Amino acid sequence: MTTLLTIAILLLISIAVWQITKIFQVAQLNQKVDDSQVANDKDNDWNGKLMFAFLVFIYLITIYSFWAWGDVLLPESASEHGKDYDRLMWISMVLIFFVQIVTQALLHYFSYKYRGRKGLKALFYADNDRLEFIWTIIPVIVLAALILYGLYAWSNIMNFEEDEDALVVELYAQQFNWKARYAGADNVLGDANVRFLQDFDGLNIVGIDASDPNGLDDVVVQELHLPVGRKVIFKMRSQDVLHSAYMPHFRAQMNCVPGMITEFAFTPTTTSEEMRQNPDMVAKVQKINKIRYDKSQELIANGEESLESYQFDYLLLCNKICGTSHYNMQMKIIVEEEKDFNAWMAQQRTFAQVIQ
Amino acid sequence: MISKQYLITGLIMGIVGIGMSLLFRLQLAWPEQPFGIFEATLGKWAPDGVMDPNVYLALVTIHGTIMVFFVLTAGLSGTFSNLLIPLQIGARDMASGFLNMISYWLFFLSSIVMLASLFVEAGPAAAGWTIYPPLSALPQAQPGSGLGMTLWLVSMAIFIASSLLGSLNYIVTVINLRTKGMSMTRLPLTIWAFFVTAIIGVVSFPVLLSAALLLIMDRSFGTSFFLSDIFIQGEVLHYQGGSPVLFEHLFWFLGHPEVYIVLLPALGITSEVLATNARKPIFGYRAMVASILAIAFLSTIVWGHHMFISGMNPFLGSVFTFTTLLIAIPSAVKAFNYITTLWKGNLQLNPAMLFSIGLVSTFITGGLTGIILGDSTLDINVHDTYFVVAHFHLVMGISALYGLFAGVYHWFPKMFGRMLNKQLGYIHFWITAVCAYGVFFPMHFIGMAGLPRRYYTNTAFPYFDDLADINVVITIFALIAGAAQIVFLYNFIHSMFYGKRAEMNPWKSNTLEWTAPVEHFHGNWAGDIPEVHRWAYDYSKPGHDEDYIPQHIPLKKGEQELQH
Repeated sequence: MTTLLTIAILLLISIAVWQITKIFQVAQLNQKVDDSQVANDKDNDWNGKLMFAFLVFIYLITIYSFWAWGDVLLPESASEHGKDYDRLMWISMVLIFFVQIVTQALLHYFSYKYRGRKGLKALFYADNDRLEFIWTIIPVIVLAALILYGLYAWSNIMNFEEDEDALVVELYAQQFNWKARYAGADNVLGDANVRFLQDFDGLNIVGIDASDPNGLDDVVVQELHLPVGRKVIFKMRSQDVLHSAYMPHFRAQMNCVPGMITEFAFTPTTTSEEMRQNPDMVAKVQKINKIRYDKSQELIANGEESLESYQFDYLLLCNKICGTSHYNMQMKIIVEEEKDFNAWMAQQRTFAQVIQ
Repeated sequence: MISKQYLITGLIMGIVGIGMSLLFRLQLAWPEQPFGIFEATLGKWAPDGVMDPNVYLALVTIHGTIMVFFVLTAGLSGTFSNLLIPLQIGARDMASGFLNMISYWLFFLSSIVMLASLFVEAGPAAAGWTIYPPLSALPQAQPGSGLGMTLWLVSMAIFIASSLLGSLNYIVTVINLRTKGMSMTRLPLTIWAFFVTAIIGVVSFPVLLSAALLLIMDRSFGTSFFLSDIFIQGEVLHYQGGSPVLFEHLFWFLGHPEVYIVLLPALGITSEVLATNARKPIFGYRAMVASILAIAFLSTIVWGHHMFISGMNPFLGSVFTFTTLLIAIPSAVKAFNYITTLWKGNLQLNPAMLFSIGLVSTFITGGLTGIILGDSTLDINVHDTYFVVAHFHLVMGISALYGLFAGVYHWFPKMFGRMLNKQLGYIHFWITAVCAYGVFFPMHFIGMAGLPRRYYTNTAFPYFDDLADINVVITIFALIAGAAQIVFLYNFIHSMFYGKRAEMNPWKSNTLEWTAPVEHFHGNWAGDIPEVHRWAYDYSKPGHDEDYIPQHIPLKKGEQELQH
């Protein structure tokens, strides 16, 4: 039925357009036949003005987007390097917005100001090497500065020291969930490979090599806990296809590649509880819960279960297409005080305990 | 002629590609809602009218593949290189008419194979248009990675052959068959763009072919180029020693130049359309040529910016950030030159001109966000989010598409001997322009909010619930934009048969194609090929009555040719 309706509407629109075209054609009968489809002064006038109006539209949509949706942007970062990230982002954004505002204005203003009309003659102005030089060298200088800053930040983030007191954690990705493996008391992850997965009747869920003593004190969990203020070095593996460990609040992302161990390190600066108190986050969670409440009313009316209300938690999401449930491959991340982290860790079972 | 064949095939594939995007946009705006159109178009992939997650991934994959390759590479380069190279350089035909014909029919065949892949039982390829292994290599990883993926690879191999044959032809023709007086420095910028694009194609497409062949070997012959240490569907696979990152390097070695293969012809067309309609020379002809060459060269050494967080050595990340930010410079120079071309012009705002101005606008907007993405540090948090999707759609999807439209509106009289209706052209442009920004500007926000791409639905994360209404806005603009294209299609088809008959040079342009008779025939010109005495941009030259002087008009006594 809907298909029929859609086809009917499309048909009617086509007929309407056809008839409108006929009207335009009839209205142009007194013009010179050859020129009728070439823009004339009236067309230029209309479209020139529309070009200027379009500039206003571009500015308005920019302002509106920030006004309506500025609050969906990520809150301040929850990691140390995240501050550098956010500063670099801010500077880059200011720069590109400045260029955008100026160039769009010139483009659309010229399109309006120099719209063709009788008597107007164009200026034969073919080149100006000095001008070319100026608008080459300025981008070179600005971009060079931006690149240098960016590379400095990149080097700091990616070339991290393997500190003694950093927490080493493996993130293990598979279709379609995450596991985390702590290195245990020795802070060394035991060797692991997919060919060990079938050992121990499926209890060896990340494929630890039981013959490696370093692995016996490893702790495998499905909810990531991190102590605040302590550097964590993630070693990432994948069981099957490419996945990507994306932790946006920490400004962290790294692909998980089967057959390879990839790395990323950061130091969390804000506990989950502290982030929940962040005013931006409070507003966001309120907004989300309002949406969920409204949706729940609908569901209840249909006899379905209502949605649970939402409390903020840091998230690990998959960010590299990995198959059917790519959209729902997540793990909760809890950042807490060191003592709470230790208390939680004490309750987890080591690999040795699991395979007993 | 071949250009018409390419154009019509490209437009038909475009209808399929855009149709697919509207389907998945419906799913994104109203997740898991039943739609009659899903049942009608997707059949078993939309049980009870609700879209299946696997077909969502297939739709985004095939949408990307069709739009990038079939519409914006073959449909853009194929159409306009074939149309304009012989006519604008003053040649009777392409260097090898036979190879040219083969290149079209291979394109046609690859389109058929790609469309056929939509109907296989386990579904078409669904690993993203980037088809990274192991997901694309293992049928056990995803249903679409079975026969669907095989057909994708076959289609693309044929497509690459078509593209290479075409490119060889364009290069040889431009080098060898220019008419008397048509030095390289008198070539219109369209030809420079098509010529350099063809060179990039010849350099980079074979690498994609090699990646595809190695992938075929991993899939069918047990090799381990891209695969190692995999446990899936309950068993350890035999593959050892390969790396998916190798595939990424090989893919993106083409993948990045590919986007310039898409963009450069559009930029060349823009130069031509802007100059003709501004009644002014394109500003900075030499700088424009230099920037085309610089973009072409740099495009081959930036591919790693698609791989900053692939796990490759971070040092490579630094190298690629450096080269990527360099490529911003010739692009900026082009944008400034376009704007200066408009300054103090006498702008004839034909639909082609509107699309060209629109291209400069979206090219700037999209290109500027490229500065964010090209910075390896900033890429960490926006890689594979909707921020990337917004960027590449603005700078490639919209800009190159505008180039295609500008080309069609401008050269329709040449191709079909008739004029497109200008009022419909204006309606087409203005609705499309508003909707283009309406779709892709808000998308930057959901990307910066942390929303990954290629997600069937966002409802699995309550954290993203506040992005739902932005998705609805995007989809509504997309639906309106889709409807606006119907105006264009109607205009195109109707004008082909009933459009006003065109005169020989309706836009009063300088280039040689407008000196050939309206009714096309083999050999292009009835008598001798015109001889060229000047560059292509003598518009509003002082000392002349007319505001244009075609290239074949000899210099007046005492007239100087522009020193360049």
